[in-house]
Amino acid sequence: MSKTLLDIKNLRLSFFTPQGEVKALNDVSVSMQEGDVLGIVGESGSGKSVTASSIMGLVSHPGRIIGGTIEFNGHRIHEMSEKEMRNIRGKEVSMIFQDPITSLNPVYTIGNQIREVIYLHTDLNKQQAYERSVELLKLVGINEPERRLKQYPHELSGGMRQRVMIAIALACEPKLLIADEPTTALDVTIQAQIIELMMELKRKINMSIIMITHDLGIVASMCNKIVVMYAGKVVEAGTTDEIFYNPKHEYTKGLLRSIPRINSEKHEKLVPIDGTPVDMLNPPEGCPFAPRCEKCMKICLRRMPEFTQITSTHKSACWLLQKEVFEQKRREGK
Amino acid sequence: MNNKKNPFSFQLNVSDFLPAEESEKQGMVVMRESVSFWKDGFRRLRKNKLAMASLFVIIVIMISAFIIPAFYPYSYEQQIRGSENLGIMEYSESELERIEAGEKVFPHLLGTDSLGRDLMIRIMVGSKISLLVGIIASAIILVIGSAYGSIAGYFGGKVDMIMMRAVDIIYTVPDILIIILLSVTLKYPLKELADNVTGFEWINTVGIGLISIFVVFSLLYWVGMARIVRSQVLMLKEQEYVVAAKALGASDSRIIKKHLLTNSIGTLIVTTTLQIPSSIFTESFLSFLGLGVSAPMPSLGSLASQAIGGISSYPHRLMAPAVVISLIILSFNLLGDGLRDAFDPKLKN
Amino acid sequence: MGGYIIKRIISGIVTLFLVATLTFFLMYLVPGGPFLSEKAPSEQTLKALQEKYGLDQPVGIQYLNYMKRLIRGDLGTSLKMRGQEVNDIIRTRFPVSAKIGLMAVILAIAVGIPMGSVAALHRGKWFDRLIMLISTMGIAIPGFVVSTVLMFFFGVRLKILPTFGLTSPLHYILPVAALAFYPTAYISRLMRSSMLDVLGQDYMRTARAKGLGQFKALFKHALRNAVLPVVTYLGPMLAGILTGSFVVEKIFTIPGLGSQFVGSITDRDYPLIMGTTIFLAFLLITMNVIVDIAYKIIDPRINLK
Repeated sequence: MSKTLLDIKNLRLSFFTPQGEVKALNDVSVSMQEGDVLGIVGESGSGKSVTASSIMGLVSHPGRIIGGTIEFNGHRIHEMSEKEMRNIRGKEVSMIFQDPITSLNPVYTIGNQIREVIYLHTDLNKQQAYERSVELLKLVGINEPERRLKQYPHELSGGMRQRVMIAIALACEPKLLIADEPTTALDVTIQAQIIELMMELKRKINMSIIMITHDLGIVASMCNKIVVMYAGKVVEAGTTDEIFYNPKHEYTKGLLRSIPRINSEKHEKLVPIDGTPVDMLNPPEGCPFAPRCEKCMKICLRRMPEFTQITSTHKSACWLLQKEVFEQKRREGK
Repeated sequence: MNNKKNPFSFQLNVSDFLPAEESEKQGMVVMRESVSFWKDGFRRLRKNKLAMASLFVIIVIMISAFIIPAFYPYSYEQQIRGSENLGIMEYSESELERIEAGEKVFPHLLGTDSLGRDLMIRIMVGSKISLLVGIIASAIILVIGSAYGSIAGYFGGKVDMIMMRAVDIIYTVPDILIIILLSVTLKYPLKELADNVTGFEWINTVGIGLISIFVVFSLLYWVGMARIVRSQVLMLKEQEYVVAAKALGASDSRIIKKHLLTNSIGTLIVTTTLQIPSSIFTESFLSFLGLGVSAPMPSLGSLASQAIGGISSYPHRLMAPAVVISLIILSFNLLGDGLRDAFDPKLKN
Repeated sequence: MGGYIIKRIISGIVTLFLVATLTFFLMYLVPGGPFLSEKAPSEQTLKALQEKYGLDQPVGIQYLNYMKRLIRGDLGTSLKMRGQEVNDIIRTRFPVSAKIGLMAVILAIAVGIPMGSVAALHRGKWFDRLIMLISTMGIAIPGFVVSTVLMFFFGVRLKILPTFGLTSPLHYILPVAALAFYPTAYISRLMRSSMLDVLGQDYMRTARAKGLGQFKALFKHALRNAVLPVVTYLGPMLAGILTGSFVVEKIFTIPGLGSQFVGSITDRDYPLIMGTTIFLAFLLITMNVIVDIAYKIIDPRINLK
């Protein structure tokens, strides 16, 4: 029976900007067990990165958690002090980011930057830290590690830099690795390598992964669970099979329709989703996806939909599902 | 529908589940007004209180520099016997006599200097000089710099390389030293021209010092502007290629060009506005050292320089031009900053 | 790398050559040339001058002689200061200016960098606004205003600091402060915008994600990167200190090269003007070359093996 590693309940988070309150996360609930590879999918601005940052306690000013709880590995993140968070970051939970070029400090060597995280969380001495760095580079598949350690970030290729980032993230063997669009800035072939590397490492050191991306292809190959986010809300969550084969939310369906498929009919059109994203300064009262939804009903514009549990693992927040329930109850009531 | 008791506590009815109409959906979509570049920029500028205040100050100073002296009872070179070294609002003996005789004598708002010249009018005229220098110098820099930069950018290749090499060399020349040198030496040939060659008499009226300053600016200071204009032209050129390569429709390319041009003009406006205080700065520096306009024409710099000697007895003689020159430069800087914040699309959030 | 160094040095030499040539020909615009004072010299003096400078020879030859002298380091003889060699005058007065200039540079860096950094950290709050206001004023207000106002308040009104000469350590306070005003303000602004830039960079996020505390992240990662643009400012800053010294030395009556230069302008001591200009140009150009090369060395992104 695997343990619950992460449990985010009803998280609400806003950025208090000069222009007003930007409601970045509006009642978000996500949970994962140890060993899961969870994919968080959504377009830019949907709140996926903010959710990840809040697990690390790295939401920057003027952002603030205004409601809900975050439990990770036995810690109550939303209550912890900065000092306590520092002990966890890099050690129990690590994060890698989108652009490896800018994620590494250009004026320090690779070795320096890897050793930094080792010194922070372990008691290893200089020699031991060096050896561990070499070991880590080998682990992530970088050859000639001794030479690489002395080099600067700009001397490495994009793929190598991302491997270094992974090495830094894994240095202290965290329980959870959060990957925020780690392959978006890379070539497709390198992308595949990095993903393979991550899965391999997951097996080797028994780590869980949260994969944040807008690329459904990656999610399909890596993840066993998926959360779909839109405008700061979770609109659908379930196992990979459930989401791909039985999507219940119109947005999810839209996302799946707009992926070009290699084996599709020649005349099948790519169907982009109509409309423009939501203004987060003045989010609407009802379902945020309503204006762009083909099947929008009157109630969708007025009220936020509740979650309908489709299976024990699959839920979706849509009035259409509620409509079915409503009609069934009406029939029963008659 | 009759009010049946609902299993739902928050009263849903069947009508709620009817499909929503387009009009209802549109109402929910908050569309940000798409405004034109200029309207948007000016709106942002108006919100910037500091920039607006600076604009106000500049206008006030311009009025007192260009318009008021025409109506002022004193002129800048007029030496009034018996009225030397008057303090603020002080009257000389002879002036007091005239007042008692029933005459209206306009007070010396800031006193007079050692030669009996009214300080207020001299400061106003000095401001005029500073403003003129600033504006004309910036105009010269804009014209020369834009021409040079556009040519270099447009032709590209070898022409561009040679022209920019020249710019690099000029850039490294220590400008202040050359300015001082030129100001010292140009006086002579200019005087020769003014005195001996017909058609150049205006040099004497304008002032040799002033002309030297303009010559110097024209020779050295346009390089910054040239670089900026060149990079803008290069960007425009790149857009042409991109547009052609992607075979976009004519309307798209026009939109892109229009967009870039307005951006470029925005950059030019900001740069020129910020060049004005820089030019005024340099002019006052030169005047302070005695290299600017020649006496009796006042400059805020030379007024300050002359006032140092009497700093203990007549501090206002120093403070007044100092405050005015600082205000002018500061206001233009703040206005320029405000313009940049308002019109630089990169900073839009 | 070596290629760049050589290119830069050559560029510097070309510029210096240009300045020297320009100086020479400009000086010849003065009636009678730069070596004769405005009063007619005596027969003897005229002959001596003609011999020394070859004044009866065509301009081209005079130019060559001039350049030859320059390369030897001979900057000529002063016209107004009883036959003193320009080199000697510079040798006496330059160290004074250098001392004050150096102190101003150190002050500007020591105050400007922390001020700008702290402003960036507290972006939007009162401290930031205050620093921005002060530094905006600092770069707008001309040097002579700053000096005279400082002199007025501390010397004349409050009478707590001396304003004439350099006879005691206290005498250094006002001139150095006046000279450092503009560079401090400029560095402050530069540092602030550079730091803001750096703070938004992804590697700062990486540092925090590792578990690094805010202060440590700042000192180790942010500062090192944010300081780089300030290094590029060193060149122009020196030029600013130089020109600032003209004003400061004149106002506070300091026996440095700056006041000497200003005086030579008023006195129309042309050889001295020329010699000082060449010397100062040499100083500035050399410093710029050194700073440019140093920057390339410091930034590892440029340092390609």
